[in-house]
Amino acid sequence: MLGLNKKDFTLLLIVAALVVFAPFILNPFPADSAMAQFNAGYPDLMQRFVIFGIFAIGFNILFGLTGYLSFGHAAFLGVGSYSAVWMFKLLSMNIVPAIILSVIVSGLFAMLIGYISLRRTGIYFSILTLAFAEMSFRLAYSVLTPITNGETGLQLTLDDPRILGETATATGSIPVTNFFGIEMRATEVMNVGGWSFQFNNGYYMCAIMLLLAFYLAIRIFRSPFGMMLRAVKSNQQRMNYTGLNTKPYTLAAFVISGMYAGLAGGLMASMDPLAGAERMQWTASGEVVLMTILGGAGTLIGPVLGAGFIKYFENIFSKINEQVLHSWFHALPDGIENAVVWVLEHFVGSGWHLTLGLLFMLVVTFLPGGLVEGGQRLGRLLRRKDAEKKTATQSTPAE
Amino acid sequence: MTNFLTRRGLLKTGAVTGAGLALPTIFTSGASAFTNEPTGGTVTLGFNVPQSGPYADEGADELRAFQLAVEHLNGEGDGGMMQTFSSQVLEGNGILGKKVEYVTGDTQTKSDAARASAKSMIEKDGAVMISGGSSSGVAVAVQGLCQEAGVIFMAGLTHSNDTTGKDKKANGFRHFFNAYMSGAALAPVLASQYGTDRKAYHLTADYTWGWTQEESIKAATESLGWETVNTVRTPLAATDFSSYITPILQTDADVLILNHYGGNMVNSLTNAVQFGLREKMVNGKQFEIVVPLYSRLMARGAGENVKGIFGSTNWHWSLQDAGSQAFVKSFGTKYGFPPSQAAHTCYVQTLLYADAVARAGSFNPCAVAEALEGYEFDGLGNGKTLYRADDHQCFKDVLVVKGKDNPTSEFDLLEVVEVTPVDQVTYAPDHPMFSGGALGSCNAGA
Repeated sequence: MLGLNKKDFTLLLIVAALVVFAPFILNPFPADSAMAQFNAGYPDLMQRFVIFGIFAIGFNILFGLTGYLSFGHAAFLGVGSYSAVWMFKLLSMNIVPAIILSVIVSGLFAMLIGYISLRRTGIYFSILTLAFAEMSFRLAYSVLTPITNGETGLQLTLDDPRILGETATATGSIPVTNFFGIEMRATEVMNVGGWSFQFNNGYYMCAIMLLLAFYLAIRIFRSPFGMMLRAVKSNQQRMNYTGLNTKPYTLAAFVISGMYAGLAGGLMASMDPLAGAERMQWTASGEVVLMTILGGAGTLIGPVLGAGFIKYFENIFSKINEQVLHSWFHALPDGIENAVVWVLEHFVGSGWHLTLGLLFMLVVTFLPGGLVEGGQRLGRLLRRKDAEKKTATQSTPAE
Repeated sequence: MTNFLTRRGLLKTGAVTGAGLALPTIFTSGASAFTNEPTGGTVTLGFNVPQSGPYADEGADELRAFQLAVEHLNGEGDGGMMQTFSSQVLEGNGILGKKVEYVTGDTQTKSDAARASAKSMIEKDGAVMISGGSSSGVAVAVQGLCQEAGVIFMAGLTHSNDTTGKDKKANGFRHFFNAYMSGAALAPVLASQYGTDRKAYHLTADYTWGWTQEESIKAATESLGWETVNTVRTPLAATDFSSYITPILQTDADVLILNHYGGNMVNSLTNAVQFGLREKMVNGKQFEIVVPLYSRLMARGAGENVKGIFGSTNWHWSLQDAGSQAFVKSFGTKYGFPPSQAAHTCYVQTLLYADAVARAGSFNPCAVAEALEGYEFDGLGNGKTLYRADDHQCFKDVLVVKGKDNPTSEFDLLEVVEVTPVDQVTYAPDHPMFSGGALGSCNAGA
């Protein structure tokens, strides 16, 4: 089906079902219950899930297949965002030209950085990409202020030209991003019992992009090109000795994954037309590495899971503050309550990084193949007979 | 790719993507007049403050003030400035009879993170008003978001001219003063203290607030006859300023102007003092340091070094009017120390919002905006104040302060040198430092 084998097609269908029904799946608790805190089914976070999913899928094409660990992928995301916002300022609020430009610009940028960085492998490659990304961040933050608006971030204003669209709406506000008239911010709310499910146009736009990106990634994984990239990972030296020039392959992988990052950046700006320099900082680059490893590097669905996992922690756990903890444990005697809260507050709220770090350690130690391996072990336990069957989501541990 | 476009395949993918596309339009929402219209017995406000980064101290104090304001609005505590406020429509039963609840978020002093946090407050928690911010870059970014989403933004501590200048928005309101006002208030005092023949060197935090403050102070001091030797931009995240201080020693500048705030200012001032700038004599004059935007929290952080240094501030806890005293008393009772100017402006903004809702009789952002525009009030610690309709900026007296030479306690660090009357700091809405933007029209969302 669609040029995929049965296993891959099933996987694509599962991902499609997950993203289409995400507003239900992520909203398991009624809106006014105490557990509503853990609901993640609101547009902004759902958009982040899929956008970072795209970002991680792209990163995985480079890291999972060729083994080249880039520590500067956020630079492409940032470049994509800036290009998209400039398109909104100069051309029109339609997201199509913005996304096309952001993919092209980040592709060119990746070509430049990749051409230089790929002269080295291993740790040297990682350091080079890190250096380039940090340079881009510093440039965007101060030197290139006329283009990037520095620390404030690039924003739309009422007097932008927007030559193909309108500068301001009839009511005097900045027009909103749209896809041929479908507004990205528009959300329909469906109230069923105590639940309220939010269906956001922008989210579904991102979801379609994610499915396309995912499909493309499957095709790349299963193609001879993908096989060549895997060969680079297993022994690049041997390939060179056989007279094969691997550089065009690695550069192509680098550019493709840069374009994925650009697509993610463009989508991010399309959902919320602002581009900040922090998007390019090395912590943002590190995040996508974490996502990929946490989910399962080299697997198809792993990066998407990892992205969802980290974004969930960042947005939900960081919201649990001291007061919330006190309200949970107020049934306990005062002294014990305070002690429990004192311990827990270091792991939630602004300390969510600590929880994430612990989980990351546990996953890497006990499940080197990431969440995907965890899922597979669980599956094997449930149906022992199929255990030896190799599936499409078979993991290849990160190096 | 051979069987890429089979009839069956096309139908199947068509169905999947079709379902994805169609879903959002199948359901129609219950029609509400504006974003997050409160329907139950409660109303949710969102307080978005920096809990990490260089402005974390200010953020923590802002949060305390918000909590105090919510208590007072709900009729708990002693009511604070609600008694001294010239408008008496608030009854201590929440806002329009709805109990006030709040959610908090961490802006991390980053535009991106602040917007994500504000978005989740609006989309997930149903906040009908967002307040807070200790960085103008963040305030401008969140103000833009609130405009798009259709909620009111009551700016907290933001001092950049741009917040109500080129980046002003119809849904955004600022009570705090701005860089232009600092310059206008500070210049006469500087002239009388240091004379009119001085050479100034600026160190400036590299973002919207620093830029506009540098511009404002430069314009104000140059009109006195001062000369600007150099202006140097420093990154907001910098913690060590030694490398920016040493070049000053090579110039003939005799005044250092620190356009820094929060942790930045504490570090840069400490570095400057360590390098002996304050003992230096240049051109036969004593070298001086000026910090145009001052706060008690910063003075406390910088300790001994602030003695005798001039600056301006929005409010100070030692003011003797009834409003200030009531606020200091209830804040002190709850937390055990006096509030900062950041806490004051956030508390006042929350009361002003609640009052505007009560007067408008609706939470609709457009009605609230109308109630705030051109509104004149008193009794909130700054004397008579006007919310100007043209740019949503408050106009009130500005305090010029000096680091106290003999502080009596760890809170008594600043003394008010002069209260600059409002007329002296008022400017035309189309002043060149504020031009280039437009309010647009109010957006009620939904």
